[in-house]
Amino acid sequence: MKIAIPVDNKTLDTNICASFGRAPYFLVYDTETKESAFIENTAATSPGGAGIKAAQMIVDNKAAALLTPRCGQNAADVLNAAGIKIYKTIAGSAQDNIDAFTDGKLSLLDDFHAGFHGRRSN
Amino acid sequence: MIFTPAFMAAEATDMKIAVLSGKGGTGKTLVTVNLAAAAKTATYIDCDVEEPNGHLFFKPEGITEEKVTVKIPMADEELCSGCRKCVNFCKFNALAYTNKLIVFDEICHSCGGCILICPEKALTEKDKVIGTVQKGTSGNVSVYTGIMNVGEASGVPIIKKLLEPENQEADKMTVIDCPPGSACIVMESIKDADYCILVAEPTLFGVHNLNMVYELVTLFKKPFGVVLNKCLDGKNPAETFCIENNIKILGRIPFDNELGTLNSNAEIAVNESEKYRELFSVLLQTVTKEVQSCGSC
Repeated sequence: MKIAIPVDNKTLDTNICASFGRAPYFLVYDTETKESAFIENTAATSPGGAGIKAAQMIVDNKAAALLTPRCGQNAADVLNAAGIKIYKTIAGSAQDNIDAFTDGKLSLLDDFHAGFHGRRSN
Repeated sequence: MIFTPAFMAAEATDMKIAVLSGKGGTGKTLVTVNLAAAAKTATYIDCDVEEPNGHLFFKPEGITEEKVTVKIPMADEELCSGCRKCVNFCKFNALAYTNKLIVFDEICHSCGGCILICPEKALTEKDKVIGTVQKGTSGNVSVYTGIMNVGEASGVPIIKKLLEPENQEADKMTVIDCPPGSACIVMESIKDADYCILVAEPTLFGVHNLNMVYELVTLFKKPFGVVLNKCLDGKNPAETFCIENNIKILGRIPFDNELGTLNSNAEIAVNESEKYRELFSVLLQTVTKEVQSCGSC
């Protein structure tokens, strides 16, 4: 299966990016083939709705799971509609998180933040 | 005893005055409310739809309310082929496609582009309420308040509704309390104004913000002048800016405990203090002369 991770740099020892929608890159890692690809996040510079567009990229890259420190409600709506599971990252590099994921040590992310532009928390 | 000068009879009756500033808290509402109260009769329109506060001073009665709606897209899942042309088109990222189209109502700016671009005609419009316009009266002042719902993308449709011609009675002066800044909502608020009053604070930050609205009214080719608020003894950088740029200074409001107290108690200074009745009456007279002398407007 493919997993996606928001990252700061295009290396496996990169830090996880603190933001999902505004991350510069996504690491897409295939757990079967062990292949990794870095895709540029074109949503990062959006004036608004970055999380939605970033989530669309994760959907389009056919990832089955997203590993992220945090995620907004709008992005979560898109990911949930596509059946993509969202896991909370732990401290450490992208590789550390891939290892933790494959060992089944990551838990599902369940606290989604409201948008930064006043979206109602309903 | 309230001071009413003789020149009040000669005020220009149907002029439209917009009051703006580059940032919040400079005194737009103070100036707008008190100008309206100083006039014999006026229409006060609060275009600061994100945080309208003029009504706190006027306490209008007989309020009627009208909802303001915008058009947002609605997808017909049967017709949608999943081509995603709409998703790629939307510059606001209000649309996403998984196994069906998802519309994020709060993100949509109602541009209508997705509906035009859909090759399957799977998108239609539906109404969405984004706020209200309240009308009421306070003495001789008609009070219009625009209220945008929390989280909406843009207050422009509410401002359009507020400034519809029927809200501006021909025999009354209209004063428009603009939102802060110099973005689209401010442009919409000053678009049809005959004259703009820029309110400025005596600080370097105040000058920076004054410059923003100065550029805006210049771009819009509006006649304008500056009211210097919170004036203290000593150097006033906003005044220096006006002198250097040859900008008309319409009046000066002191940094004064009495005014601050009245204002923070939601009192209209003009109605409570003879000193301020005179100050704002003179300001109104100055503005009226400016409007009359600019002829073409």
